Amino acid sequence: MSRPIRRIALVLGVLLVALIANVTVIQVVLAGDYRDRQGNQRVLLEEYDVERGPILVGANPVARSVETGDTLKYLREYDNGPMYAPVTGFYSLIYGATGLERTENRVLTGKSELFAIDRAEQLFAGRDPRGGAVTTTINARAQRAAFTALRGKKGSVVAIEPATGRILASVQSPSFDPNILSSHDPNKIREYYDALEADPAKPLLNRPIVSLNPPGSTFKIITAAAALASGRFTPESVLPGPRAYNLPNSTKKIRNWNGQACGPNNLVTLRQALAISCNTAFAWLGNELGDDALREQAQLMGFNTSFEIPLRAATSRFPEDPDAPQTAMSAIGQFDVRATALEMAMVAAAVGNNGKLMSPYLVQEVRGPDLAILKTTQPEQYATTMDPLNAVLMTEMLVNVVDNGTGSNARIPGVRVAGKTGTAQTGNDNPAVAWFVAFAPAQSPEVAVAVVVEDAGAPEVSGNQLAAPIAKKVIEAVLR
Amino acid sequence: MTAVGTPPAAATSAPRQPSRRNVELILLVFAWMIGVLGTLQVGWAIGREPDTGLWVTAGVVAVLSLVAHLMVRFRAKYADPILLPIATLLTILGLVMIYRLDVAAARRADLNGNPLPTPDVYSQLTWFAVAVILFVSVLVLLRDHRILQRYTYTFGLLGLILLVLPLAPVIGTTVNGATLWIRVLGFSFQPAELAKIVLTVFFAGYLVEKRDSLALVRTKVLGLGLPRLKDLGPLVVAWLVSLGVLIFQRDLGTSLLFFGLFVAMLYIATQRRSWLIIGGLLFLAGAVAAYYMFGHVRLRVMVWLDPWPYASEQGYQIVQSLYGLANGGILGAGLGQGFPNLVPFANTDFIIAALGEELGVTGLIAILLLYALLIERGLRTAISVRDSFGQLLAAGLSITLALQVFVIIGGVTRLIPLTGLTTPFLSYGGSSLIANWIIVALLLRISDRARRPEVIAPSPDDALTQVVRRT
Repeated sequence: MSRPIRRIALVLGVLLVALIANVTVIQVVLAGDYRDRQGNQRVLLEEYDVERGPILVGANPVARSVETGDTLKYLREYDNGPMYAPVTGFYSLIYGATGLERTENRVLTGKSELFAIDRAEQLFAGRDPRGGAVTTTINARAQRAAFTALRGKKGSVVAIEPATGRILASVQSPSFDPNILSSHDPNKIREYYDALEADPAKPLLNRPIVSLNPPGSTFKIITAAAALASGRFTPESVLPGPRAYNLPNSTKKIRNWNGQACGPNNLVTLRQALAISCNTAFAWLGNELGDDALREQAQLMGFNTSFEIPLRAATSRFPEDPDAPQTAMSAIGQFDVRATALEMAMVAAAVGNNGKLMSPYLVQEVRGPDLAILKTTQPEQYATTMDPLNAVLMTEMLVNVVDNGTGSNARIPGVRVAGKTGTAQTGNDNPAVAWFVAFAPAQSPEVAVAVVVEDAGAPEVSGNQLAAPIAKKVIEAVLR
Repeated sequence: MTAVGTPPAAATSAPRQPSRRNVELILLVFAWMIGVLGTLQVGWAIGREPDTGLWVTAGVVAVLSLVAHLMVRFRAKYADPILLPIATLLTILGLVMIYRLDVAAARRADLNGNPLPTPDVYSQLTWFAVAVILFVSVLVLLRDHRILQRYTYTFGLLGLILLVLPLAPVIGTTVNGATLWIRVLGFSFQPAELAKIVLTVFFAGYLVEKRDSLALVRTKVLGLGLPRLKDLGPLVVAWLVSLGVLIFQRDLGTSLLFFGLFVAMLYIATQRRSWLIIGGLLFLAGAVAAYYMFGHVRLRVMVWLDPWPYASEQGYQIVQSLYGLANGGILGAGLGQGFPNLVPFANTDFIIAALGEELGVTGLIAILLLYALLIERGLRTAISVRDSFGQLLAAGLSITLALQVFVIIGGVTRLIPLTGLTTPFLSYGGSSLIANWIIVALLLRISDRARRPEVIAPSPDDALTQVVRRT
């Protein structure tokens, strides 16, 4: 009977191979697919089972994990959640993660390759893996000042350290509470998320880096910089500044916000035109320089590029191929020019840093579970936007804006503040957007800031009235 | 003269086959050490120091293994040395995983503020003790497996009684829709587990007796010898009984196991492939009928073909099992570091998913190879034993194990539709553990007979060697 037994053994051998092949396919080939399947709680549980590292501002955690009693072992908690929401983002069971919670997930969960040695140690010691910490570049005082000053308005504030590109503040209003979105109660999470989604003010939007608005008169910094760069103009160059500028090849006119001419005999110096935010002079200047020169200057300062800080910022843009009237409009930050608060803060920072634009960044350090520093972000120059002499001239003109021009509300006793107001129409019926961009102290700036207040309503003065005081508070907070 | 180079060692001893008992002992020590290390690893993973419970358990396991080993040493000296260590290792791996799942259950209860559940590992340990006692009893009481042949029909009757027992009033119990249990004096037991042994003995005895007539060829169709119509009887009876198990006890796995076992043994006894084909056709007929007649069978098949739409309900188990296996990947999450408790019945039907999650595909393949080795040893025993009854019995017992392993592991890993069967040696549950240890005892008994040197006159070869030595 040994022959049939051998045959049966052969069949059983085939079954064994089938079993082995099958488990190999499941555990090796399809494993990735299965892990990524929606409804697979293991991946989530695994993440929630690890003590997720904190997100730090200075030495203080603004996001940290606390042990709970439920199946999900750790709960994410945020101190001053709404204040830091544009930085931290949220960490949700249902909606995934945003902000640094998303971009730094591998560090926070301890899965980054930076922890290779640490992980090997955990493996052999069989210890629970822990996540690493992320230290942000945020300045707590600046963040709080901006958040407090912006309360009740709709808009955002970004502050940058010009010499390095460190982002000192990134604030939005309205904001949201990441604590609720990161809770372990699915119903509560859904309810809150739906309410945020339904809110026309869009609190979930990361306004400082993704909300695009026409920069209005603040764009005149770029137009003026292009003018200086052309070599054809100095701050003392005299420009035509009539009450109204006839757009070329068009019956339309650009008017000054006060309906007046910018100077006697309809003439005005570049310095004065910037100080009083003379639309007609800058529209003329735009056409003199041409759209290519404007675009080049704008791109040097970060337009038409998407920055990852490491959160992905929206691309601020200067139009591709404007005709003459459109170029004139673009020169005063209208038409299709759009910028984020981050971008305009970068413009100010570039001028303040002798024309050198540093790449903006939000993560200062990555630390291991034992808080040992594993990686420090090194400042990196993005571009040389203007030559140092022009940067000095530009700075002097912007100080003049605050001292003698439209930016009076940003004056700080004892501190030379360079700034520029702006107000823009986003459409015919839309309420105006009020801007203020500034840096201080002008001679060696510690902070560059851009404030944008949406739905500002009022005309040109609103940049000074609504935005400048906020910028002032942020500057004071940094300098104090 | 040709034998000048013969090493003296070959000449000194008589034709005594080495008993290999020391190899067995060493392998048992390895198995024990793997268990201790596994338990320690669970402790490290959850940050718990080894407590007295661990050492008591390890001590009890050591004593039980030693008793089993000594019994083999004295009562089945020449038996295969691999069988006992593999069975022990599998049982120990089961204990480790059951302990690990106890830890998870305790932690969960603790977090939810519920009273701590009774750990299953100690009752499994108790069952292991009972299993070893029965293992010893079989080796002590059954001096020669051929004795069983005398009681062929008694076993047949006993098997049938065991099969229908769960349907009996008062003691029969239905759990999760399947009527497999009997409950006596607070203990629940699955008689089908014992029935599979008893019926294997019956099949072996019956087939040895009838094989000649069953092997007779009446007609040839397409070159295939078909058995006589009147000899189809036993096969049809086995088929009907299997269907009965399916219909009345709703136990797909057991039904499959019995029928597959009978057909395989029939084939071995008669060497007629026609039996395999007829059996296969009957199986198909039964399967198709079951598919159309029973909602639960249909559901199993649908969940098997595409479990994802049923992921949160009827397919929950299998989907969780797949997620767990995927989580394990190649090397596994590590003992104590996965989430095997997310799979319902993780310590019984789905213990393979739990092991696959924490030991990875590497560990799973190792376990599959352990089974393969165990079954291979069983079949080898079947081939080498001299009496037909012993051959059929050893083959039948090995095939029982093989089918069970394939049906449950294939089900849990979605190779075939899921049917409820325990995983031999690993699963939590007394009936299964006891039954499988009895199988090992019977295989050892037969193996001892197969390998035992007969009372021998020295063979001519040996005489020659000795002559050479003297020269």
